[in-house]
Amino acid sequence: MADVNTPTGSTTAGSIEVGTAGAGAQLAGPGTGRATVQQPIDARVAVKPSFDVNDFPVPTGREEDWRFTPLHRLGGLHDGSAVSAAKGEDKVELSLPDGVTAETVGRDDARLGKAGTPVDRVAAQAFSAFEQALVVTVPKETVLTEPVKIDVHGEGGTRFAHVVIDVKPFAEAVVVINHTGTGTRAANVELLIGDGAKLTFVSVQDWERDAVHAAQQTALVGRDASFKSVVVTFGGDLVRIHPRVNYAAPGGEAELFGLYFADAGQHLEHRLVIDHDTPHCRSNVVYKGALQGQDAHAVWVGDVLIRAAAEGTDTYEHNRNLVLTDGARVDSIPNLEIETGEIVGAGHASATGRFDDEQLFYLQARGIPADEARRLVVRGFFAELVQQIGVAEIQDHLMEKIEAELEAAV
Amino acid sequence: MATLEIRDLHVSVDAETGPREILKGVDLTVKQGETHAIMGPNGSGKSTLAYSLAGHPKYTVTSGSVLLDGENVLEMSVDERAKAGVFLAMQYPVEVPGVSVSNFLRTAATAVRGEAPKLRLWVKEVKEAMAALQMDPAFAERNVNEGFSGGEKKRHEILQLELLKPKIAILDETDSGLDVDALRIVSEGINRVRSTGEVGTLLVTHYTRILRYIKPDYVHVFAGGRIVESGGAELADKLENEGYEAYVKGGASE
Ligand SMILES: Nc1ncnc2c1ncn2[C@@H]1O[C@H](COP(=O)(O)OP(=O)(O)OP(=O)(O)O)[C@@H](O)[C@H]1O
Ligand SMILES: [Mg+2]
Repeated sequence: MADVNTPTGSTTAGSIEVGTAGAGAQLAGPGTGRATVQQPIDARVAVKPSFDVNDFPVPTGREEDWRFTPLHRLGGLHDGSAVSAAKGEDKVELSLPDGVTAETVGRDDARLGKAGTPVDRVAAQAFSAFEQALVVTVPKETVLTEPVKIDVHGEGGTRFAHVVIDVKPFAEAVVVINHTGTGTRAANVELLIGDGAKLTFVSVQDWERDAVHAAQQTALVGRDASFKSVVVTFGGDLVRIHPRVNYAAPGGEAELFGLYFADAGQHLEHRLVIDHDTPHCRSNVVYKGALQGQDAHAVWVGDVLIRAAAEGTDTYEHNRNLVLTDGARVDSIPNLEIETGEIVGAGHASATGRFDDEQLFYLQARGIPADEARRLVVRGFFAELVQQIGVAEIQDHLMEKIEAELEAAV
Repeated sequence: MATLEIRDLHVSVDAETGPREILKGVDLTVKQGETHAIMGPNGSGKSTLAYSLAGHPKYTVTSGSVLLDGENVLEMSVDERAKAGVFLAMQYPVEVPGVSVSNFLRTAATAVRGEAPKLRLWVKEVKEAMAALQMDPAFAERNVNEGFSGGEKKRHEILQLELLKPKIAILDETDSGLDVDALRIVSEGINRVRSTGEVGTLLVTHYTRILRYIKPDYVHVFAGGRIVESGGAELADKLENEGYEAYVKGGASE
């Protein structure tokens, strides 16, 4: 499978940017926003994918894929200085249902690097610098009833990590990586979903406020396989998660769900790429975020590419943001590039709405206190998405986290 | 018996050119069981009065008083006013994405009643109230006012009136945007609430047509930010025939 760097056909793109809307400013309701024309996806990925950090120039912040990221807050992950920074430790706890194996392997293990190649300098840095990788294998036809849990607790310092989740043909698994603690972290996660297999992969970024985390999560979806990615980001100072989907054979299906809650000063960035280069595959993306507080910043970029060969593709991507206070900023950019007309469907939508004074007044005028009104709105906003995760334990945990976020700052 | 007393109420809004006075001394007393129609031309300040009573932050009370059973309403927050028994059915009800009608109604009822209504009784109560207003039960699962037609929004407002059982109901142009059938259904809903004798109603309207269904005890003509004439139901007939011209021409609207 190839990464995104071929000639392109038509492009449709939208961008919604909500600046600091002052009191009385025109409200940005759902479906509003200004549209701008973006460059085609391939033009925005200027550098070829590579495992070697030296193949990538140090980003300056002017590149399309770095222009939203505050590089000075990346802890040197982008310019090589992180390599000589104080090394950090993780406390990792694994919870492995029967039949699942987890191994710690060296850099030369043949199972590494199969799902895809790092596409930016930070991911390549992680690949060039990690010392040991974690390989979790769900054997062929093994249907798990309990989730695989990987609890990563960062204890400070800089870490380069590599994780491979290998779900063999016709196996079914839920894998949850939960990140807590702190530190500066660059990682690659490879997700191999064998023919007819099903994987739900949940990545929770529940970091302490000062953590830095950049990760490329690359999935390779086998024939008639189902992949569900759930990315949940609450914590950290700068988090930049980059889920990518490649299809190894026809009939694959990918659902990418994301949920983030940015508080004052946090930069939470999610950029995803779905590369439809194989016929009769599907993808569905729903990301929802809430923001509150001064300089809370959420970035969402969804690149979906339907190549000429990918007949019968069906894809939809949707990003919604709910801005709860003044001073928060959202950049939401869906991109859909279509090189063949022989598809089932393709669409994208992006909407950024403000929880505004009129809504607050309406709820209060029915006796509902202001803080409860805000909670009601945010809970409703996320609940619909959380219900689609399909893992009850995780759903409950997420709703609790959302409540906690609201308690903390509203 | 609950009484709302509005005394010499002056209210301004922040206009681009500075504060602009909209209400210029409103006096009105509404008692439980009474129905007062407030009628006036566009822009005369009817909604301003309604919103000011409910506590909308856009409006600044510069002088005067509003008492509900002797309690100072102007010192209460918006939700406190609702809990004290003031209800505003809005001229333009607000869409609240992400919040279902059923969740919203139950949260509101819990807040206003001071305890969560018993679930089984509550479900029945909502069902019956919706049926009486000829609202499809599917509305319960939709988001508050999102994509509702004008008439559906108004029914939803009256549904809340029936469920929240306020002491004072301020109905701001509940009749506007309704076709004849909807007007009858909504009016019947208002009359059900009125017939309890436990609500004082302030019926704000531009047209007399709703007064065919809802007989007011008093009619007040509102122009230029104050009540310029008061009378019984017969005053509405006069307005029906003569319009507001006499009041507006007299310079009362500015
Ligand atoms: N922000 C504002 N700046 C300036 N004038 C305002 C502002 N808000 C309201 N007004 C004015 O206040 C006046 C009263 O408005 P209000 O909505 O109370 O009238 P109304 O009697 O309810 O009219 P309608 O019959 O059209 O509903 C209008 O002239 C309106 O233009
Ligand atoms: Mg009005």
